[in-house]
Amino acid sequence: MDFSFTEEQSMLRDTVAAYLADHYDFDKRRAAVSKEPGWRPDVWKAFAEELGILGAPFSEELGGLGGGAIENMVVMEEFGKALVVEPYLGTVVIGGGFLKHSGHAGAADMIGGIIEGKTIFAFAYAEPKGRYNLAALETTAKKDGAGWTLNGHKAVVLGAPFATHLIVTARTSGGVRDAGGVSVFIVEKGAKGVTTRDYPTVDGNRASEVYFENVSLGADALVGPADGGLPLVEKVVDEAIAATCAEACGVLRKLHEGTLEYTKQRKQFGVPISSFQVLQHRMVDMFINVEQAVSMTYMANIKVGDDAERAKAASAAKVQIGKACKFVGQNAIQLHGGMGMTDEMAIGHYFKRATMIESAFGSVDHHLARYELLSLGKAA
Amino acid sequence: MNLDFTPEENAFRDEVRAFIAENYPAELRKAQDEGRALTKEEYLLWHKVLAKKGWVAPGWPKELGGTGWTPTQKYIWSEETARADCLGLLPFGLSMLAPVLYTFGTDEQKKKFLPGIYNGDVWWCQGYSEPGAGSDLASLKTKAERITADDGKEYYIVNGQKTWTTLGQHADWGFFLVRTDPDAKPQSGISFLLIDMKTPGIEVRRITTLEGGHEVNDVFLDNVKVPVENRIFHENQGWTCAKALLAHERSGIAGVARSKRNLEKLRTISSTERSDTGSSLLSDAFFRRKVAELEIDLTALEFTELRTLAGESSGKGPGPESSILKIKGTEIQQRLQELALEAVGHYGAPFLRDLGGNAAGVGPDYAEGLAGEMFNGRKTSIYGGSNEIQRNIIAKMVLGL
Repeated sequence: MDFSFTEEQSMLRDTVAAYLADHYDFDKRRAAVSKEPGWRPDVWKAFAEELGILGAPFSEELGGLGGGAIENMVVMEEFGKALVVEPYLGTVVIGGGFLKHSGHAGAADMIGGIIEGKTIFAFAYAEPKGRYNLAALETTAKKDGAGWTLNGHKAVVLGAPFATHLIVTARTSGGVRDAGGVSVFIVEKGAKGVTTRDYPTVDGNRASEVYFENVSLGADALVGPADGGLPLVEKVVDEAIAATCAEACGVLRKLHEGTLEYTKQRKQFGVPISSFQVLQHRMVDMFINVEQAVSMTYMANIKVGDDAERAKAASAAKVQIGKACKFVGQNAIQLHGGMGMTDEMAIGHYFKRATMIESAFGSVDHHLARYELLSLGKAA
Repeated sequence: MNLDFTPEENAFRDEVRAFIAENYPAELRKAQDEGRALTKEEYLLWHKVLAKKGWVAPGWPKELGGTGWTPTQKYIWSEETARADCLGLLPFGLSMLAPVLYTFGTDEQKKKFLPGIYNGDVWWCQGYSEPGAGSDLASLKTKAERITADDGKEYYIVNGQKTWTTLGQHADWGFFLVRTDPDAKPQSGISFLLIDMKTPGIEVRRITTLEGGHEVNDVFLDNVKVPVENRIFHENQGWTCAKALLAHERSGIAGVARSKRNLEKLRTISSTERSDTGSSLLSDAFFRRKVAELEIDLTALEFTELRTLAGESSGKGPGPESSILKIKGTEIQQRLQELALEAVGHYGAPFLRDLGGNAAGVGPDYAEGLAGEMFNGRKTSIYGGSNEIQRNIIAKMVLGL
């Protein structure tokens, strides 16, 4: 048993942390997200060219750093600490995940594009009436000669305004919530028939409603098996959950640290408010929440490569992290008092991100239900 | 002990309901439905309708314009206005300053200020908190020095900074706590001043809150000249006024009627939203359990408030027990906001406010702004004496610890 990081992993963390400290402080981040285009392509270029981190979870043959889930975890935790909005999750973890696991003929080329920073993915899976059910798809792809014709509407596609390509889940057969009949496609965002409505999100990210109207796809757009794509989708989403949990750990640590720091400085009744026992116990409970979240994140990232344990591990971690995001986020604001309510202080921005992570890829309820079903030996 | 309404009370309910239906301003309804920030005029539309009717200040003594309603009638009133989703009346003049004025003010002060409050002609704001004085309000530092000016009259010269002044950007007048005796113990050197916000030396500066709104402000006071006759009660005894005001601030804070209304909204939203299986979200076992628990919690609060009201009508003022109402009331409001946001799933994320008022919605109309409301709602457990301070009050004043 070993919970330590390798030298390479520690170096990766230090490299990312040092870069973000120099280029991604709170004011720079806020300035970038509050105006168009809502992200910094120059930072993305630096991720690719200076830091080389866009290849973190890819094999060396593909031009990557030879890592996997743990490397994603390291990067995502640092990103959480700086509230990074650039699309690492959508591109490297999710886009890269589909390409790695599907055996797609163009995978090596496209992963090359990811590593170079030229190919950027957004994951178009959610639908207006689907909630968190990955198979609840009204978007359809109909066979058309060798290729497919895509129609539908995808909801709140994070990072879509920055993307060159979309990973789209669609129904190729069966009823709206059937596990069978799900297929995955890569769609160029500029393809004819693709339209987007772009907007900011409450936590400083960008997203789009994406509409497909008779979009013609070639045979090579299909990723993974036709009709049998759901297990692939679940696998990649579980990896995305493990990475999102790591981002949450970064966010949670900042919420907790910021609160400790503030309560030590803030004086009322002639003493620092950190000297009040009721606030001390609250901060201890926040600390316990953070530590439990970190533990579950390690667990999930260690197990996410093992298909027998992956799903349960991801759902368990997401439940723990969702609860921690609520408790730590809300109490960080509470203990900052009025100052916590201001846009000027970073703490509120961490709280907003924590709140969005609570429901990312499924709420606490969704993952509790999935965990229960998996525990009973049923497919979720 | 019974919960029945008398025939007279039922008739009163019908009267209130009919009045709201016939007189609620249509343009205000439209502005509320659009969910945009209200203009100063819009904030006062409903107030002015009620002032004309004589119903704007149910809590005031009857001879000053109060309605003389029984606690039950007041309860019916707050239920009906919440049920009809009427805009809450601004509390600063009506329920914060006015009780101080009619309890501690001179006849002249009452005559000068109460009509403007009643008719909605004067917008008031509160100058209590300071950057260094929040929960520990008595440590406030804004200083008022008494001088005799060239005109032979006496003035206070006020210097300092106030903060969290809600809707101060619209205010005509403000009520301020200032230190008039720097050498006295913290609570005994404070005075209660009314200040015309147009006096030279006052600057109101916007504070943007975490959801992006403009509700609160910093107020800077630089050699602001205030006539001594604008002081309420004795010099250095303003804390007595402040304490009375805070008790009133707490008693209205349970927000039961509004929470009931929001619970209905939550039911509507969650019966429209789909669960993972495609059924209504409200039929999802996990979700409906949370809604049921919240409804039970709200019922408990409602009956606690009714017991408090009954106590008040038998002559007891709002006591330290009202801290229970503040704690539970705000916890329930916050929980309602969390569940509404949770209910709409992915569509809690879009933030369209900065795209301008004409931007078409994304997702269902009811989803818009829910995240902002939830973020903004975190203030309720902080303001008016944080919930930690409320627990201290109960420990000390009720439990005698």
